[in-house]
Amino acid sequence: MADYTNATFEEVREVGKGDFATAGQGSAAFKNTLKKLGVGSAVVRRVAIASYEAEINLAIHSDGGKLTLSVYPDKIRLVSEDIGPGIADLDLVMQEGYSTATEEVRMLGFGAGMGMPNMKRCSDEFDLKSAVGKGTTITMDFKLG
Amino acid sequence: MSVSKIYHSVKLEHDKCVGCTTCMKNCPMECIRVRNGKARILYDLCIDCGQCVKHCPYHAKVAQTDPITDIFRYEHRIALPAPSLYGQFRNLHSADNVISALLSLGFNHVFEVARAADIVSATVRKMIKTNPNKPLISSACPAVVNLIKIRFPELLPHLANVLSPMEVAARLAKEEYSKEHGVEIEKIGAFFITPCPAKMASIHEDSKTYVDGVIAIRDIYGLLTSQMKQEVPDEVKNMEHASWRGVNWASFGGEGSALGYSNILSVDGIHSVITVLEEIENGRLSDLEFFEGSSCLGGCLGGSLVFENTYVAKNNLRKLIERMRNREKEEGTAKVVEPRDDIEQYAPFEPREGIKLGGDISEAIEKMEKIKSLTKSFRGLDCGSCGSPTCRALAEDIVQGRATELDCVFKLKEKVEQLAREMVDLTNL
Repeated sequence: MADYTNATFEEVREVGKGDFATAGQGSAAFKNTLKKLGVGSAVVRRVAIASYEAEINLAIHSDGGKLTLSVYPDKIRLVSEDIGPGIADLDLVMQEGYSTATEEVRMLGFGAGMGMPNMKRCSDEFDLKSAVGKGTTITMDFKLG
Repeated sequence: MSVSKIYHSVKLEHDKCVGCTTCMKNCPMECIRVRNGKARILYDLCIDCGQCVKHCPYHAKVAQTDPITDIFRYEHRIALPAPSLYGQFRNLHSADNVISALLSLGFNHVFEVARAADIVSATVRKMIKTNPNKPLISSACPAVVNLIKIRFPELLPHLANVLSPMEVAARLAKEEYSKEHGVEIEKIGAFFITPCPAKMASIHEDSKTYVDGVIAIRDIYGLLTSQMKQEVPDEVKNMEHASWRGVNWASFGGEGSALGYSNILSVDGIHSVITVLEEIENGRLSDLEFFEGSSCLGGCLGGSLVFENTYVAKNNLRKLIERMRNREKEEGTAKVVEPRDDIEQYAPFEPREGIKLGGDISEAIEKMEKIKSLTKSFRGLDCGSCGSPTCRALAEDIVQGRATELDCVFKLKEKVEQLAREMVDLTNL
């Protein structure tokens, strides 16, 4: 994936472990930002779905992390970074229906095993890096124009 | 901000406005500003929901509707009562009493909008079966449709492509009347008796509408009560009537419950509607068959142009519906209403501009940066003293040239303190 260091607009949202009450606020804020910037509605919706999935994943699976939205004139980059626990099997996690979510989380209507596949489906470029004991970084790019 | 070409029903009575910010605080679209002591609406974002009309303590926000005398512009006059009109009367035996009263006010004919609602229900029920964009979203509440056009354009394909019951009623009423009496359609005036300012705006926007005027329920309520009688003429009794399901459209959830599907969601109150539309936009509700959003709490009975308290009206309507259901049971005459495929919207739903900062993406990004840093420089109390609803909105107003930094009372205080210090320093020289 090409490296972009000069973000022209950046918005960061911290998501704590188990933050279900506020999960979704970040993606809602991102959505409003993109609409104000005049980004086309089809792209906005794809970013909305991906950022919502990422936000929920951080709340369910991570020990805490953050979502960063960066807008460049030709693309949008969404990065989800967390501080652990990391993913052991990166192939398994991309399989539809695979989930390690607890019964409690499933009762809340999450944990259907569609998070990662949805994020990949919505983005134009998708990159997943993870190290057990360290953390996970998901980078998603969405082309503009 | 560009001048909106879209007609709006909600207007400000300048002399009555004291600049108190109540309307600004209650506007779900954050599109009211108080400048120079008077409220003004940024019409590009206004969805005509009427929240400001409802909340203004000085009655300075008004919804423009037509006076009843307007009906006499036409040789033949048809009243189209919204089902919420029936909820305004206590112990209403039957809708016929209201219909008779409307006739004695000078209408030649009455076509119940609830009857058209029955047709719309049947049509939407059929649509759900083949709908590819789940959930199908009701297009009945014009404020919600406006909201989707501005804030959720990606959900426009979800909107049910069907005319509103008001429009269906107007068209069928005119067609029926014209046929029966041998009168040209142009000579017939159809007047909607409305609980809602957004309906007024929607007919002005639609050049193909069959509705010729809109009369507020609260403007006609007094006249109607003076004409209410127990006796009903035979011609009214023999009219084709709406079912209780159609009448129930006036209540929040009534439209959805008439469909006979269980996986539907009905939401009232514009703020709650926004939160659920967010969920739909996030792809969280793609198993849902139907979503019905009503801008007003309590559905159309909570409209800003009704007379009776929403909850009292709800009880009135519930009792009327009970009577109607009992009669249906006794007579065993549950009517089957067929769907129609000729009641599609006259034009496709188009997105409305208004939310964008403007310019190309690089320009917009630059503006967004400025808004972000300005917002940080404010206290974040969202006090509204500056005349913008939040600190963030003020930052945007400054960047868009609609306000200045010193509109913020805290910034002003800092500035005055700084000037005072400078004065002291000068005198000490």
